[in-house]
Amino acid sequence: MPKRTDIHKIMVIGSGPIIIGQAAEFDYSGTQACMALREEGYEVVLVNSNPATIMTDTEIADKVYIEPLTVDSVSRILRQEYPDALLPTIGGQIGLNLAVALHDSGILDELGIELLGTKLDAIDQAEDRERFKQLMKDLDEPVPPSKTVNTVEEATDFAAEIGYPVIVRPAFTMGGTGGGMCDTKEELEEIVANGLDLSPATQCLIEKSIKGYKEIEFEVMRDSANNAMVVCSMENFDPVGIHTGDSIVMAPTQTLTDREYQMLRDCALKLIRALKIEGGCNVQLAIDPNSFNYSVIEVNPRVSRSSALASKATGYPIAKMAAKIAVGLTLDEIINPVTGTTYAEFEPALDYVVAKIPRWPFDKFTKADRNLGTQMKATGEVMAIGRNVEEALQKAVRSLEIDEKDLISQAAQDATDDQLEAKLVHPQDDRLFYLAEAFRRGYTLEEVHEFTKISPYFLDIVKHITELEQELAANRRDVDVLRRVKYYGFSDYTIARLWDVEEDDVRKLRIDNQITPVYKMVDTCAAEFESHTPYFYSAYDQENESIRSKKESVMVIGSGPIRIGQGVEFDYATVHAVKAIQDAGYEAIIMNSNPETVSTDFSVSDKLYFEPLTLEDVLNVVDLEQPKGVIVQFGGQTAINLAAGLEAHGVKVLGTTVKDLDRAEDRELFDEVINDLGLKQPVGKTATTQEAVLKCAREIGYPVLVRPSYVLGGKAMAIVNDEEELLAYLKDNATAAIDHPILIDAYLEGRECEVDAICDGTDVLLPGIMEHIEHAGVHSGDSMAVYPPQTFSQDIKDQIVAATKKLAVALKCIGIMNIQFIVHNNQVYVLEVNPRASRTVPFLSKITGIKMTQVATKVILGATLKDLGYESGLFPKSDRVNVKAPVFSFSKLADVDSYLGPEMKSTGEVMGSDKTFEKALYKAFVGAKMELPEAGRVLLTIDERDKEAVLPLAKRFSRIGYRIFATKGTAHFLENNGLHVTQVNKIGEDDQEHQGILSMLQRNAVQLVINTMGDDQDVASDGFVIRQTAIEHNIPLVTSLNTADALLKALENRSFATDAL
Amino acid sequence: MKRYLVLEDGTVFTGEAFGAVGECTGEVVFNTGMTGYQESVTDQSYANQILTFTNPLIGNYGVNLDDYESIEPSCCGVVCRELARVSSSWRKQDTFDHFLKQMDIPGIKGIDTRMLTKIIRSHGTMKGRITNVAPDKHTLDQLKATVINVGIIEQVTTSKPYPNPGSKRNVVLVDYGLKHSMLRELGKRGCNTIVLPATATAEEILRLNPDGVLLSNGPGDPEDIPAAAAMVREVEKHIPLMGICMGHQVFALANGAKTFKMKFGHRGFNHPVREIATGRIMFTSQNHGYAVDPDSVDPDELIITHQEINDHTVEGLRHRKYPAFSVQFHPDAAPGPHDAVDLFDDFMQLIDERKEAHRNA
Repeated sequence: MPKRTDIHKIMVIGSGPIIIGQAAEFDYSGTQACMALREEGYEVVLVNSNPATIMTDTEIADKVYIEPLTVDSVSRILRQEYPDALLPTIGGQIGLNLAVALHDSGILDELGIELLGTKLDAIDQAEDRERFKQLMKDLDEPVPPSKTVNTVEEATDFAAEIGYPVIVRPAFTMGGTGGGMCDTKEELEEIVANGLDLSPATQCLIEKSIKGYKEIEFEVMRDSANNAMVVCSMENFDPVGIHTGDSIVMAPTQTLTDREYQMLRDCALKLIRALKIEGGCNVQLAIDPNSFNYSVIEVNPRVSRSSALASKATGYPIAKMAAKIAVGLTLDEIINPVTGTTYAEFEPALDYVVAKIPRWPFDKFTKADRNLGTQMKATGEVMAIGRNVEEALQKAVRSLEIDEKDLISQAAQDATDDQLEAKLVHPQDDRLFYLAEAFRRGYTLEEVHEFTKISPYFLDIVKHITELEQELAANRRDVDVLRRVKYYGFSDYTIARLWDVEEDDVRKLRIDNQITPVYKMVDTCAAEFESHTPYFYSAYDQENESIRSKKESVMVIGSGPIRIGQGVEFDYATVHAVKAIQDAGYEAIIMNSNPETVSTDFSVSDKLYFEPLTLEDVLNVVDLEQPKGVIVQFGGQTAINLAAGLEAHGVKVLGTTVKDLDRAEDRELFDEVINDLGLKQPVGKTATTQEAVLKCAREIGYPVLVRPSYVLGGKAMAIVNDEEELLAYLKDNATAAIDHPILIDAYLEGRECEVDAICDGTDVLLPGIMEHIEHAGVHSGDSMAVYPPQTFSQDIKDQIVAATKKLAVALKCIGIMNIQFIVHNNQVYVLEVNPRASRTVPFLSKITGIKMTQVATKVILGATLKDLGYESGLFPKSDRVNVKAPVFSFSKLADVDSYLGPEMKSTGEVMGSDKTFEKALYKAFVGAKMELPEAGRVLLTIDERDKEAVLPLAKRFSRIGYRIFATKGTAHFLENNGLHVTQVNKIGEDDQEHQGILSMLQRNAVQLVINTMGDDQDVASDGFVIRQTAIEHNIPLVTSLNTADALLKALENRSFATDAL
Repeated sequence: MKRYLVLEDGTVFTGEAFGAVGECTGEVVFNTGMTGYQESVTDQSYANQILTFTNPLIGNYGVNLDDYESIEPSCCGVVCRELARVSSSWRKQDTFDHFLKQMDIPGIKGIDTRMLTKIIRSHGTMKGRITNVAPDKHTLDQLKATVINVGIIEQVTTSKPYPNPGSKRNVVLVDYGLKHSMLRELGKRGCNTIVLPATATAEEILRLNPDGVLLSNGPGDPEDIPAAAAMVREVEKHIPLMGICMGHQVFALANGAKTFKMKFGHRGFNHPVREIATGRIMFTSQNHGYAVDPDSVDPDELIITHQEINDHTVEGLRHRKYPAFSVQFHPDAAPGPHDAVDLFDDFMQLIDERKEAHRNA
């Protein structure tokens, strides 16, 4: 059927800020969908609250709104734009839920707006547990016995009937939030109570556990003509029991016979047809490893994380095709963009294997509960492609950018047998390393299978790797062994480690013996048809298919998996760098390991290498491509960390030289620069031993800020108030201290701000200054920030501009850099310099209209700012005020303290933009899900030292109609100052007269919690428990009085004044 | 042990031996399926061919009792990238390696199968030899001189008729190298099937007074068995008939169409086929090196009912006058998708309609 001509203008809803369970994959799908719709000639209006995305670039849609994703806000846009239709299925669960809410509000009917793609009823049928169960019954497809319950009692009764273990799945929550596996009645009671609370529908599904089944996923597509097909099958390495987002996944399936595979394929196609999906859909199935019995787990009636993975794993662009299907095209009339000659109605054939490993945030949240279950905890993922599973798996491990670069883990080696067995039985993020260790210790396949239920086929892959390790260790510098282990994906690093030689020795031996990788094409058809996809992966195989073009090329290093501190912003910058490189007339080559992103869409660059971002892997591509140089400024710390190694191997690092990068990152060299320029910075010292750290701290005077050098997102950074805290810090951060020196800085009170500057060596362009709302001490990534600055005098701004210019020129920055300042007693102090693009680049680019990455890239390639039409200095500010607010994923992670400090904790951000600061703030809060009622109740639990400071805030809350609740001390203090306060009991206090603080939270009796109690991270401390309880009950929580002040500004602006005469 | 694969064009791949110890010469073809190596290897249509799997990982779930497509496979060699060390499946009876040893089929692993596939793709199907000694010029000359009888249907067809009992409909299945999947599909539909050798004549068939005749798949060139076309020309006048793969080509030849040798054939199961009347598209399991020339189809005799959506291969034919049709692909799948399995129901319907008509006549 040809595309529809009765609609012209289509609104696309994005997925909002990045949170666990909903990450960069929706930037990828949204961008693809918008481009596909425009390709077909439709006008596209995009709305998304997340500025750090490619999809919110003005090139992607005809009109872009960065506004909160709420019914109110989107309704305003709908009334302004009058689109003919709305595409709801590519903005993840957020986009889908919003579309449903818009529909329910009646505005779509009122304005005559049609929902494209899968119909709402089908979506409801897929998502509503009872309706879905009924459908499965009608289709005669097996589902585990289950029941939807609304009370804990119903749950325990049902479990008694079907027997334990059971799984709890709360209805309509993201990433399986609040769900879990229960072996006992006690566990069930606890999890159901929590799940009912989190479910917007107060509904949980209690389901018979099929733990131990193989978990299989199909990515399926269907069009309006009822054509349906499987794009990709995937098999989880981990059996049922771990959320698929937290599982190691292989594509295609590896352990299913054709009979089993086709049986499940039939089921998947039957479901998508029964649901009448028009677009992409994800079907999760489980199959008994000992029979033909299988169960349908769930269906996601939209593009998803898995569809992004499947798109990258096969080369087949699911979101793009889904968008085309939504406007009426059918699969047999859309050309397959990969081959360019065949149709999109094609089930890809793979001639490689793909491994996906999730990237978890436990390196940052060291105290978080690391057990994996039905609730997803990973922030991102890596994918690797190989010609054998060993290779794909090992490439994926070294793509993770965690402490382990291979399957050899010190922690696993140090574990006792009991500990190791426990690790196998109770899966955590690091189980893979314990599997390997088990085989090294002589456990058999059967034993390990018994502990883990992982398929013996997969287990043997791990065992084989450990056998190859032994073979390596026993045959130093043996070329035949070298050749074999390279084929199985061993890195030079691991070989060097096992041979006890330098990595470069391995590289040399390898090259001397012509053991170098070839690059194979991802072509969707296993080479059956000729393709020209510029999408490659390495293999130690025979024929190389990636031919260096005659055109001069420039290579950009991506930023790897999404993790806390290094998010989608860096992918944004990577993609922009590519555009600028192409504009400048070069071929642009991208290397990256993250399947969720826009940068790994092969249509973005001239060539995509889907590879780990290690020095070895980058050098291999450089050897083949011989680019003019490599750009490392846009791939976050991942890329910057490669710079020195690249240069040492004779690779040209474009832009700021490695020597100058080092001058910005090395503390002593940097101090010299600051002194030479006559700039100010907080007193800081460096030490490598515990004694020296303590001595430095005494000399500077407490409080001090401590952190290891070369930090990312404030990893292992802390403010310590006395020696006792410092000792505790050093104990917790031992590895950091051994690897790198510890930095100790004076901790200054004041307003923080940051700038991103582009420098061509002479001129320095500052697109804008961003002022932080929270005091210094809250990590810049977790701070709210405002552009233009609201409290700085002209003098301060002048100081900032002058310091930036001096630093950029002195550090010989060619390209982009980021500087953090603190304004203390009207003096500007330099906190730190990052000689690379920062996470504020997309935000500032969007609000200033300067495509900062593109300007910087062109400067890196030799243009001057003047050539590009920019003056030196601060770019004139825009007339809108723009506020960035961080977004957190605490509700997904138990035992992580939500108190904000120098360690970054947010996973994403939203932007609020309006004509006044207050309105912008309001939008930012709403975007960050801090929408508050006109009048309500606020609970103040305030640290002793903040009592004075909270008084004016409490007064303001009182004036706009908020009742104040506080514990005894604060309550008395505020009452003595003339406020009406309701006293509540502290935790453990049993005063019959007042209600307890936790029960108030549990009953959602307050709408806001302000808690500044204690930054000690003790899980048992009152402050921690209060914060945790607030988060569990979705009560907005503020841990900094600066944030509270900003929130009040926004609320006050909304309220009418009620002053007595 | 080292083992080599020599191609007619002189390319030599060095790999490792698995399967049987012997050597073999055959036509080198590739299959793009990602599952079903057991079904493929036991598919008689691969007679005298060296079968290359583009999926690099083979042997993962071993070999089981249910998934044979013939009892004595006739493919002559197997080429793959990687053979699983440990295979795992609840139905596993044997490893793939041991199975090939027992079936006397040599295998070679550890070679760049993608490179090999691309060579076949661009040069067309060619002869090859799996050998245990490093090949020299003599080996290549020998290979070039070897004539491969790809289409030895006599080699794969049954030598004597045999029954596959059922109670509902009497079907004669003419065996050109049939896959067991056809027997399974007929069995599921309650057919009392009699399998006849490829040489069965119209007279022999009609004497059995069947309700329907199914022409099976088989290896090679349909023009090698002109007697089969002659048989069909007679039988189709009297009895509902369905042809699959080789059977489809024989049916085409019987009705005046021509066949030709394709460059590298269709071997895999992601080939999208459109049913022209309805526009419905199904993914089909295919294994053929010859195809029906669409220009040779006489529109007064035959209707083209199915087409591959990309290269427009004639995938299905129906007779204008007689209750007879054929498909190039395998509705019986095994391995591959079940999207077209309802064609067997169509066949049953033709049979039942005719029976009904006879009863009323």
